[in-house]
Amino acid sequence: MNERDIRGLVGKVKAGKLSRRGFVQAMMAVGIGAPVAGQILVSSGVAMAQPASTYKPTKRGGGGPLKLLWWQGPTLLNPHFAVGTKDQDGSRLFYEPLAAWDPDGNLKAKLAAEIPTKENGGLAADGMSVTWKLKQGVTWHDGKPFTADDVVFNWEYAKDPATAAYTIASYQDVTVTKVDQYTVKVAFKKATPFWADAFVGTRGMLIPKHLFADFIGAKSRDAPTNLKPVGTGPYMFKDFKPGDLVTGVANPNYHQANKPYFDSVEMKGGGDAVSAARAVLQTGEFDFAWNLQVEDEILSRLEKGGKGSVSVTPGGNIEFLLMNTTDPWTEVDGERSSLKTKHPTLSDPEVRKALALLVDNKSIQDHIYGRTGPATRNFLYGPSRFDSKNNPIEFNVDKANDILEKAGWKKGADGIRAKDGKKLKFVYQTSINQPRQKTQAIIKQAAQKAGIDIELKSVTASVFFSSDVANPDTYTKFYTDLEMYTTTMGQPDPGTHMLQFVSTEAATKANKWQGRNITRWQSPEADKLYRETEAELDPVKRAASFIKLNDLAIQNQIVMGIVQRPTVSARTAKLNCNISGWDNNTSDLSDWFKDA
Amino acid sequence: MQVHRVSRQYVIRKLLIMIPSLLGISIVLFALLAMAPGDPFDELATNPAVPPEVRAALRAKFGLDDPIWMRYWHWLFALMQGDWGFSFVSRMDVSTLIMQRLPVTLVVIGASQILAIVIAIPVGVLAATRPYSLFDQIANTFAFIGFSLPTFFTGLVLILVFSIQLDWLPFVYRADITATGWAFYWEHIKQSIMPVTVLGLFQGAALVRFVRSSVLDVIRLDYVTTARSKGIGERKVITRHVVRTALIPVVTLVALQMPIVFSGAIVTEQIFRVPGIGSLLITSMLSNDTPVVMGVTFVSACLVVVFNLIADILYGWLDPRIAFR
Repeated sequence: MNERDIRGLVGKVKAGKLSRRGFVQAMMAVGIGAPVAGQILVSSGVAMAQPASTYKPTKRGGGGPLKLLWWQGPTLLNPHFAVGTKDQDGSRLFYEPLAAWDPDGNLKAKLAAEIPTKENGGLAADGMSVTWKLKQGVTWHDGKPFTADDVVFNWEYAKDPATAAYTIASYQDVTVTKVDQYTVKVAFKKATPFWADAFVGTRGMLIPKHLFADFIGAKSRDAPTNLKPVGTGPYMFKDFKPGDLVTGVANPNYHQANKPYFDSVEMKGGGDAVSAARAVLQTGEFDFAWNLQVEDEILSRLEKGGKGSVSVTPGGNIEFLLMNTTDPWTEVDGERSSLKTKHPTLSDPEVRKALALLVDNKSIQDHIYGRTGPATRNFLYGPSRFDSKNNPIEFNVDKANDILEKAGWKKGADGIRAKDGKKLKFVYQTSINQPRQKTQAIIKQAAQKAGIDIELKSVTASVFFSSDVANPDTYTKFYTDLEMYTTTMGQPDPGTHMLQFVSTEAATKANKWQGRNITRWQSPEADKLYRETEAELDPVKRAASFIKLNDLAIQNQIVMGIVQRPTVSARTAKLNCNISGWDNNTSDLSDWFKDA
Repeated sequence: MQVHRVSRQYVIRKLLIMIPSLLGISIVLFALLAMAPGDPFDELATNPAVPPEVRAALRAKFGLDDPIWMRYWHWLFALMQGDWGFSFVSRMDVSTLIMQRLPVTLVVIGASQILAIVIAIPVGVLAATRPYSLFDQIANTFAFIGFSLPTFFTGLVLILVFSIQLDWLPFVYRADITATGWAFYWEHIKQSIMPVTVLGLFQGAALVRFVRSSVLDVIRLDYVTTARSKGIGERKVITRHVVRTALIPVVTLVALQMPIVFSGAIVTEQIFRVPGIGSLLITSMLSNDTPVVMGVTFVSACLVVVFNLIADILYGWLDPRIAFR
């Protein structure tokens, strides 16, 4: 699908011939995530859909306690320090952003009076600023009013490097000014296509100025409110034991009528994922359990009791295979996998092509992940099970053999193909995690049939995912030929996600392996596409560039999607809740309720 | 009185020896933790949305870039002033974190120790007085099964039977029971039954064997025969003469096990989600929260040293034949 096709579809939506949903699905089919699709519509002058509310309760409270089970409990409750999703989810019981992402990738107003659009004057035509109108009459849990000063303060707080806020990236490059008591303007340094970052979603939760003003910068860790949140959210803080329990009671002055439904909320931590699933699906001790990294087979068995169900929420996280473009076995200037080298065998495009044919995504989905890992070849995929049409999954051992044979890789006496004395022997690493080891085995087996010898290596997760510069086994050093892990796409915009393919982002000794381009792929074409997405204000053209960038990487076999990693949760039969793959699990907590 | 004076000197000397040994322990612990792989702010490094400066600022703020000896010195100096350190992960005082977990740990692990003792002493004594009888055989078999089965296995079996099949007991331990009055205690007892049973039986099983062999050792001694020949009833011989002597080593064993009451039971706490010190330790280890790990392990080390001393003293006090020098 090219730019003109997308424009044609937008025109249809405007004319009312195509539903928003239809448009979003068409976009997802070509690999554009729903949030981006939503933004395409917005900037093309189609207002964001505000889906009809399914909230039924007609009065506040009366729902009894809401019991949430997070098998890793929150360890801190200041949203600006909340690195882990568990901490963000915990903070979200009490704090709210201006707007949240719903499951379809549309913005849903929380503390904003309305979602900014070109039509309501919120979005500047030149893409240089966005103006947010705040909801009036909102109070913090301690009774003080919520105003534009609080919003501006959050920007000052987060952008200060001495505060060391996890959210700094969303705030350091913007300028926030107060227009009036209930209006703020976010100005960008350059035209910014993805404007819904600061004050939105996981990194947009707002803390009160009057309680944090004295604790900005280096003093940030001493704020008493870090441990006793005072927010605007549906529940008010009651008690917090890090790693174990967070409790809250309904906010009697919540700014939305008839909400929340539950009288109190508790988020219990600890234990393991399987027993968390049991506590919801089998015994019903809890109402909701989060992040169930459990084999689908077990989940299905637990579900049979009928007390609850498992929900799979699509997002952007992807389990993928990376092929090293540099030589991991030669040391140059104190580093292996140096940019100055080229991989001895993987640099042959025919070898990469053959390897791609040996990855059996379908079997990996069927035998390992089930519902919790739909197969895909894309690195960037939409919040849906639809796969991009441009990158069909092809598993074909014969074809792989054929390609290698034609390219001159001949089988030796040991059954391993070689050419010019170089053998097709690869080391394939990942973290220790049962599904990953099973996936490794499936790929190794197929490769063997094509005369490629793969040695499997598994590294303890705490080492593999660490940033320890002294350790050779981290995923960013990538001192092997192949590796596999899941990269998360917490933000709905693919901007940071696609840094994986930018030349200057290559992980090297010089940047302490903190670059985001792990394969070290150097492609002028990819760089040009990425630059286009950065500068392009027109979301349609921008989306087209992202798709092209994804296709370029996939079709050159730099990386290969294996399975999507959606969020898996369990809920009791009566609980109604909307979980968004683009925001925290608890982002819509105010609207949760139980059927009578 | 003679004994008393001597033991005071002994205690003072032992207390003085404690200081260098605790220092040594703390150095080893600190060095091990400092040299272990992993970084509390790793999650930031792997997150594409967080610039590296944030991590650098945090490392500087928490003094992670200082050399190890300097960090150790800071830690020791703060400890002398009663400051246990500051958690990297939760951004709160280590002492607060430990105090939050302590009551539950003491109640659950303490109850399981009591259960172990209450079961082990009568069973062990009875088994020893009738060696190789049917009762002895059964007791022995159960003791063997008890300490051969790991707690994670018995825990899961109990959960499957009592929570999932019968639906009698909850398997998630909650420290925040909202009920009041009798209901409050009932809820607490209900949720404690399984973890306490698992731990109590495990420890009780080992203790049964110990009590039995200790009683068997004593029952053959001449003074017991003398007591019997004086015509004292069998029950009185056992309770007054045998058990009193036989329990001396048992008392010291129990004293030596007391530090466990503090440090919790990592596996059992994880299974039943008991928010005790053990689960705090394991989550802190997994998130590389070294100040908390250091705090918990060092407190445990102190308790082991202190209870060793107490066991020594108790032993001498109970058994005057042992001289302090």
